[in-house]
Amino acid sequence: MSRAALLVLADGRFPAGGHAHSGGAEAAVRAGRITGVADLADFCRGRLHTAGLVAAALAGAAALGRDPVELDAAADARTPSPALRLAARKLGRQLMRAARATWPAPELDALAREFPKGAHQPVVLGLTARAAGLGPEEAAYCAAYESVSGPATATVRLLSLDPFDATAVLARLAPELDQVVERAVAAARRVAAEGVDALPACSAPLLEIAAEAHAAWPVRLFAS
Amino acid sequence: MTTAASPQAAAVAPATSPTATLPPEAASAARAATTTAVRAAPAADAPQPTTSAGVRATARIVARHDGRGGTALPVLAGEGPLAPRRTRGSGAEARVLLVGAMSGPLGGDRLTVDARVEAGARLRIGSAAATIALPGQVPGPARYDVRLTVADGGELHWLPEQLISAHGSDLYVTTRADLAPTARLVLREEQVLGRAAEQPGRLTSRLAVRIGGRTVLDQELACGPGAPGGWDGPAVLAGHRAMGQLVLVRPEFARAPVAARVLGEGAALVPLAGPAALVSAVAPDALRLRRLLDEALTELDRACAGPPGDLR
Repeated sequence: MSRAALLVLADGRFPAGGHAHSGGAEAAVRAGRITGVADLADFCRGRLHTAGLVAAALAGAAALGRDPVELDAAADARTPSPALRLAARKLGRQLMRAARATWPAPELDALAREFPKGAHQPVVLGLTARAAGLGPEEAAYCAAYESVSGPATATVRLLSLDPFDATAVLARLAPELDQVVERAVAAARRVAAEGVDALPACSAPLLEIAAEAHAAWPVRLFAS
Repeated sequence: MTTAASPQAAAVAPATSPTATLPPEAASAARAATTTAVRAAPAADAPQPTTSAGVRATARIVARHDGRGGTALPVLAGEGPLAPRRTRGSGAEARVLLVGAMSGPLGGDRLTVDARVEAGARLRIGSAAATIALPGQVPGPARYDVRLTVADGGELHWLPEQLISAHGSDLYVTTRADLAPTARLVLREEQVLGRAAEQPGRLTSRLAVRIGGRTVLDQELACGPGAPGGWDGPAVLAGHRAMGQLVLVRPEFARAPVAARVLGEGAALVPLAGPAALVSAVAPDALRLRRLLDEALTELDRACAGPPGDLR
């Protein structure tokens, strides 16, 4: 395993299209629920322990080689909002394109064939990590970090927040990121014996509800 | 006249087993009274279902098509705080009301409701009052597991009153509905964080719906003191104190799924990845939450009563 591969995969400039998504931050800013750094920290913390944990566990399980079709169905069941399911599949397809060019692997080809419109992004992420020779921890770290880095960067643009402050928010979440990854990987390891029901299903009602409102806006800065 | 409280009566009572000759309603009430008394003063020889780890109780309900266009209830059994009662049904549908025979769930309790609707039967289950999770004398969380099974052509309406998480309580509640491919379901769950102006306890609630062996919904919400951070923040509840889910499963949704729609500030109707629809809602209080979910259900019923293409 090359640890440097993790830096390539987790790099915000990795061409996987994540920058077009705010992780629900745009809707929360418009609703007045994020007005500054403190709200952003709270938003990111809530997202990390819900959508972030689920994404990290899915990515970890995919990196362990669990059946990606079953994992994709588990992701569907954990994403009631069709707007978010669509966003996750679009992101999955974009990541797939970048991944196949970067770390070609038969498993990636097979998943791309199975889901021509894209599989859920965390599943693709886990399989990409596997193709890059990374393990479930690395895959889970990538997914968990993305769950908070996206909203933080988006909020900088939406509220003209000081980028130093936004980065400090992410840095202060590091210990909780570690905990989430640990929980995610422990669950991912149970999938082999217990099936996908062992994966966490933590949800954030407002992320799901607001995503539907956001998808109906005529003009928006971010895709989700 | 000898009163029930006289020593003689108390001494004779166990030998003659008074509950054995009483109608089921009264017998259950007598048992509830017994367990309540035991709970107030735990004794070493405490009778079932109370144990040192709290109450363990299961309610079982089986609904069966009676062959004459109605629904029979061959099994209707309660225990401890769970007392299911048959009430007047309507048409082919049998109705059951869950009556809380004692307070709870309390810390350490383990309650289970197991309701099974057999092929072609129709059952509606409600509850007589809200369920209040309270702290108990036994440390540790309480568990409340609801298992709903509906066979082909069967229909279940699971519409209990709210679950209220009182200050200091700790409850893990799971609801799992397992449906055959042509089964129908209306399921409503409402959680309220704290009684009026009260801080909530810890509440974790997981809801999973499976149709034909495929999980179409799996959602867990954790909130209150000790829950992972951010639960009350802008991504999760943002200060709302009541949240609810309304799940509808209808085979015809496979052909004509509902269209996703926002229902005001804190609620959305969405099609799930399967023949099911979900209304997810948050509200400042239980009253406004119920209004949201009631409106959504009425509208869905109206849409579904029309031709299949009229589901919006």
